[in-house]
Amino acid sequence: MGKKRLGHEFYVFLAIVSLSLIIQARSGQFFTLNNLVDLMVSFIVPAIFAMCELIVIISGGMDVSFPAVASLSMFATTKILLSMNYTGNVFFAFLLSGSFGLIMGAINGALISIFNLPALIVTLGTQSIFMGILQGALNAQEIAEIPKVMFDFGNAKLFVATNPLNGLKSNMSSSILILFAVVIITYVFLHFTMWGRGVYAIGGDSNSAIRAGFKVKQIKFSIYCFVGIVAGIAGMTRVCMMQNCQPNNLIGMEMTVIAAVVLGGTSVKGGSGTIIGALLGTFLLTIISNSLLLLSIPTYWQSFFTGLIIIIGTGVTSFQLILSSHRLPSMRKSKNEA
Amino acid sequence: MKHDALSFRKLQKNDNTLLNNLVVAAVILITMAILKSSKFFSFTNFQSMAYQLPQYGLMAFAMALAMISGGIDLSIVGMANLSSMIAALMMIKLANLIPNQNLIIYVIIISCLIAILIGLLCGLLNGLLISKIGIPPILATLGSMQLFSGVSIILSKGNAINRLPPLYAKIGNYALFNIVPLPLLIFILLALSVSFMLNKSAYGIKLYMVGSNTKAAKFSGLHVDKIIIQTYCLAGILSSVSGLIMMSRLNSAKSDYGQQYTLQCLLIAILGGVNPQGGHGKISNVMIAILIFQFLSSSINMFPYFSNFYKLLIWGIVLLGVMIWNKYSKSR
Repeated sequence: MGKKRLGHEFYVFLAIVSLSLIIQARSGQFFTLNNLVDLMVSFIVPAIFAMCELIVIISGGMDVSFPAVASLSMFATTKILLSMNYTGNVFFAFLLSGSFGLIMGAINGALISIFNLPALIVTLGTQSIFMGILQGALNAQEIAEIPKVMFDFGNAKLFVATNPLNGLKSNMSSSILILFAVVIITYVFLHFTMWGRGVYAIGGDSNSAIRAGFKVKQIKFSIYCFVGIVAGIAGMTRVCMMQNCQPNNLIGMEMTVIAAVVLGGTSVKGGSGTIIGALLGTFLLTIISNSLLLLSIPTYWQSFFTGLIIIIGTGVTSFQLILSSHRLPSMRKSKNEA
Repeated sequence: MKHDALSFRKLQKNDNTLLNNLVVAAVILITMAILKSSKFFSFTNFQSMAYQLPQYGLMAFAMALAMISGGIDLSIVGMANLSSMIAALMMIKLANLIPNQNLIIYVIIISCLIAILIGLLCGLLNGLLISKIGIPPILATLGSMQLFSGVSIILSKGNAINRLPPLYAKIGNYALFNIVPLPLLIFILLALSVSFMLNKSAYGIKLYMVGSNTKAAKFSGLHVDKIIIQTYCLAGILSSVSGLIMMSRLNSAKSDYGQQYTLQCLLIAILGGVNPQGGHGKISNVMIAILIFQFLSSSINMFPYFSNFYKLLIWGIVLLGVMIWNKYSKSR
C-alpha cells in the first residue's frame, strides 16, 4: 500500500519534470530564476486551498464552497479593517478572516455531520448562499485600496530574482511563509495526532471508524471548521498579494484545486492521500496555467488542458484499480492450477 | 419476472415527494395570488415561463438520470454549450455555401442533428470514463466539463457566435396557435419519452437496479457498464437539445452561457425526490419540481428589490432546506 502511494507521487513528479523540460526546450525560458519565482508565487494560494481540500477528500467528502468562504471572509475583513482605519498588526487581519471562515466552515460541518447529508451537495448549497450574501446582501464591488498593513505585508519580499538575459525581475512574496505554516500545521495534524488518524479512518470506512472508537461526527465537524479557517487565511493571503480585493476573483478555483488534489494520488473514495502528492498535483496545474504563454499557446486553451489533465490523471489511477481488481482472481486461479 | 418488476415499481412509489411538492406548488401559487395576483396570473407571465422552462428543464432531466444511476453529471452545461456552439458554427458556414436561401431550413435541420450527435458523443465519453476507466462520476464529469467548455472556447476564441440565420430564432420563438411555444412542445415530448423509458422499458428497471445497488445488479447478470453508458448518452442528448433551445432563445452561442444551471438542476432533481445516492427518483416528480422552480423564480422576479444575487442565496437555502426536510420525513 505504502509502496503504491509513493509510486503515484513519483509519476506526478515525472510529469512535472518532463513538462518543464518540454517547456524549456520550446521556449528556453522555463528554468530562469524569475520564471521559477513567478511559478512559486502563483502556487501559494492554490496550494493553501489544496491543503484544506486534501483533508476533506481524505475523509471521503468533497468541499466546493471554499472559494466562496475565502471570498466572503476576505471581503468582510477588508471592509471592517478599512472602516476602523486599522493600523495594527497584520496578524489581526488573518485572525479576523480566519474566524469568519471558521463560522462558515462550522455551518458546513454542522449540516454535514449532524444531518449526515452528502458533502458535495451541502457545500454546493452553502457556496450559493455565501455568494448570495457577498454579492446580494453586501453588494460587493472591487475594493481598490486595502488597509496599509495588508498592503505592506503583500509588498514585503523575501528576495528578488532577476533574469540575467532580459533583466526581468520577480519578487518572492513573503506570503509563501504562510503557505509553509499551513503545510506544516496540516502535516502535524494529519500524521501526529489522533485526529489525523481519525480523518483517514473515516475516509477508509466510516462504520469501522465508529467501532474503533472515533467520534466520527465531531471529527467531521472539525474537518470543515479547519477548512473554513484555512480558506479564510487563503483569501486574506490573496488580497494581500493582489493588493486589492476582488470578490469574484476566486470563483471557479474549486474545480482546479480538487483536480490538483486528486492528481496527487488522493482517492476520491477517501482514506488515502498525502500532502506531498497534493502539493505536486497543484504545482503541475500551476505550471500548465502559467506556462501556456511561454509556449505561445493562446490562453483560451487553458480550460481544455485542465480538463484533459484531470481526465488523464484520474483515469490512470482509476484504471490501475480496475486492472488490479481484475488481476486478483486470475492470479488465484493460476496458483490453484499450479 | 413480470411480477418481480411490478413489486419493484411499488417500492419506487413508496415516497411522499409528490404530495409534498404539490403542497409547495399550491403554497407558492396562493402566496402569489395574494401578493401580485394581476401580474403573476397573466397570460404573458405564463407564456414567458413556458419559454424559460424548457432549457433548464431538459438539463434537470439529464441530471436526474445521472443521479438515479448513482452518479452525478456536472458537465451538462458544458455539453449544451459545446453542441450549440458547433451547431451555430455549422449553420453560419453552411448558410454561406448554399446557393438558394430556401434551402436554409435543411441547413438548420442538419446542424441541429449534428449538435444532438455531438451531445451523444459527449455523453458517450462520460459514460466510458465512468464505466470502463472507472473514474468516479464527480471527477469524470468535472474533467469533461472543463474539456467541453474548453473545446467551445477554442472553437469560438471565447467570443459569442452571433449572426445565426434569422429563420432559426424564428423557429425557436414559434408558438403553436400563438399559445404553446415550440420549445415547450419539444420539452413535453422529451419528458414523456424519458418518463416512458424509465417506467415502461426494461432499461428503466435496470437503471433503478444499478442505482440502488451496483454490485447486486452486476451479480444478477446486468450489463452495468452498458446501462451507465446509455444513461450518460441520454443525458448528453437531453443537454444538447437544451443547448439548441438556449441558442434559439438568445440568438447566439457562447462557451459560458447558463453557468448557473448546474446548481439549479441539482436543486430541481433533489426537490423532485431524486436520491443523491442513486436508485430513487421519478420523472413525474422532477417535472413538478421544475414547475415549482419556475414559479418560484418568476415570483422572485416580480419583486425588483430582490436582485439576481438574492436568487442565488434563496436557491442555496431552498436546496439545504429540502435536503434536511427529506432526511427528517424519511427517518420518521
